Amino acid sequence: MGASPSRIRMHNPRFLGIVLVAPALTGIFALFVYPLIFSVISAFTTKDGQATLANFARAFELYSLDIGFTLVIVTVSTLVCGALAIAIGGYLVLGENPRAVAILKWLYRWPLFIPFVVAAQCMRTFLAKNGLMNNTIVSLGLLEPIQTTSLLDWRGVVITFVWKQTPFVALLVAGAMASLDRSTIEAARNLGAGRLRILIEIIVPQIMPTLVVGMILSFVTMMSVLSVPIMITGESPTMMTVDMAFRINAYGDYGTANALGVLSYLMTGAVAWFYLRRGVQQGGRP
Amino acid sequence: MSGLGWIPRGIILGLIAFAIFGPLANLGLWAFAEQWYFPHKLPVVYGLKFWNQVFKPSSDALGSLGTSVVIALLTVAVSLSLAIPAGYALARLSLPFRGLIMLAFLLPQAFPSVAVYINVARIFYTIGLNGTIAGVVLVHAVHGLVFAVWIASAAFAAVDRDLELAARNIGAGAMRTFLTVTLPLAAPGIVASAIFVFLESLDEFTGTFFVGVPDVTTLPLLMFTASVAGNYQIAAITALILLVPSVAFMMFVERFLKADVLAKVGA
Repeated sequence: MGASPSRIRMHNPRFLGIVLVAPALTGIFALFVYPLIFSVISAFTTKDGQATLANFARAFELYSLDIGFTLVIVTVSTLVCGALAIAIGGYLVLGENPRAVAILKWLYRWPLFIPFVVAAQCMRTFLAKNGLMNNTIVSLGLLEPIQTTSLLDWRGVVITFVWKQTPFVALLVAGAMASLDRSTIEAARNLGAGRLRILIEIIVPQIMPTLVVGMILSFVTMMSVLSVPIMITGESPTMMTVDMAFRINAYGDYGTANALGVLSYLMTGAVAWFYLRRGVQQGGRP
Repeated sequence: MSGLGWIPRGIILGLIAFAIFGPLANLGLWAFAEQWYFPHKLPVVYGLKFWNQVFKPSSDALGSLGTSVVIALLTVAVSLSLAIPAGYALARLSLPFRGLIMLAFLLPQAFPSVAVYINVARIFYTIGLNGTIAGVVLVHAVHGLVFAVWIASAAFAAVDRDLELAARNIGAGAMRTFLTVTLPLAAPGIVASAIFVFLESLDEFTGTFFVGVPDVTTLPLLMFTASVAGNYQIAAITALILLVPSVAFMMFVERFLKADVLAKVGA
């Protein structure tokens, strides 16, 4: 920003504003929106540029099982994250034992900033048939060694996602719960309502917007993760992200990969719509 | 409160602690296990053999760590130099379609990114950016912009307008007011966003996986390769290196994660 030559223009805040926003906006358009549109076009065209639905036909033919699995894994993980977040947030607000509340508060945040690759590596060893989880259960005498199973399949993916994303949703939810007006909670308590009932009937409805935003962000995040399904399950059935990487790396098949990409946009499209609409309603202020 | 109340509470907290720290403990064991095979429940031989391997001067791991840090620093520089002007404009100046512009900065967070990265790699390939540090930095920077712009705009919006007006009244120009009043007051938020962008870049896997190949190997990529190849010790040690900044950041942001800040999300 050269200060003196643009002096006169500085007095026109609208012009200045556009100049200041333009570089960042260009970055988003060139490196996100353009490739996004490129992927959609590529999904609907052949290599010669003819319009076609063959890419989608192949995607469904080869990967319909994985498409279903992806939807189930991500939906289940999101719902479990939401439920655990309510439980954690609820206990932090309504818990009557200060020491237990302090311990939980200290405990639940740990996975928050741990990268997905690291979480996957942790779980790859922890959930294995001879991993620390089964070894501990056997050592406690709860199971015989023969009864243990490896959880390194779709269940392992769900567990890893829940482990990694619950602290994020719980942090948002706990923050919203802590800032609620305590008087309605106290009033309900004075009328004899139990804590579970207060949580479900009074607290959760008030923090619903925050909970929904946290869950939607987690849904999109989990749809984008490539490392966890590769490292946890390795084989079929797996998630669409793995199939996309495979089509590219093994065959250079952009058509099918992009068709799978468009399907993943459609899955998140519905949820993202709510998220974006909320953004507009706030006038864009965080 | 009777003593018996502690039993179920203790069991539940113990299970939560096991669920959270168990996987990390397993990682820690692998980092120090020289030999560990079935049916032993714990490593047979402990040692630092693999640490020497990772930290010897010519190792891939140290090289990757260097690459990762350079990329993360450049990503912060690119992201912030774009986000500070944009955040200021969004917070302070009258902009047409302000809501839509804010939305545009959310887009990378609203779509699953794998297919986008595939096509970024395809485009970068034609212009020679594939497999270069610059290409990886650009991909990381766009992802970082989402947080950087929103946090910068919130930080500027929180600066008291009266202080700026006071500076203007005693004769400071717009630029001087920005540099000596607005920017220093918004600095804590901007520093927080810089740290966040740094960490996101350091931990980023998917974008680097598609755009960085075959020449740019960051630490997450090295960890992934070691793990898939069954080299659990190397994977565990590199994972521990990646954990240090993540956990340090969690401790650091504790102060920023106050309830009154979080309550505004989605409200």
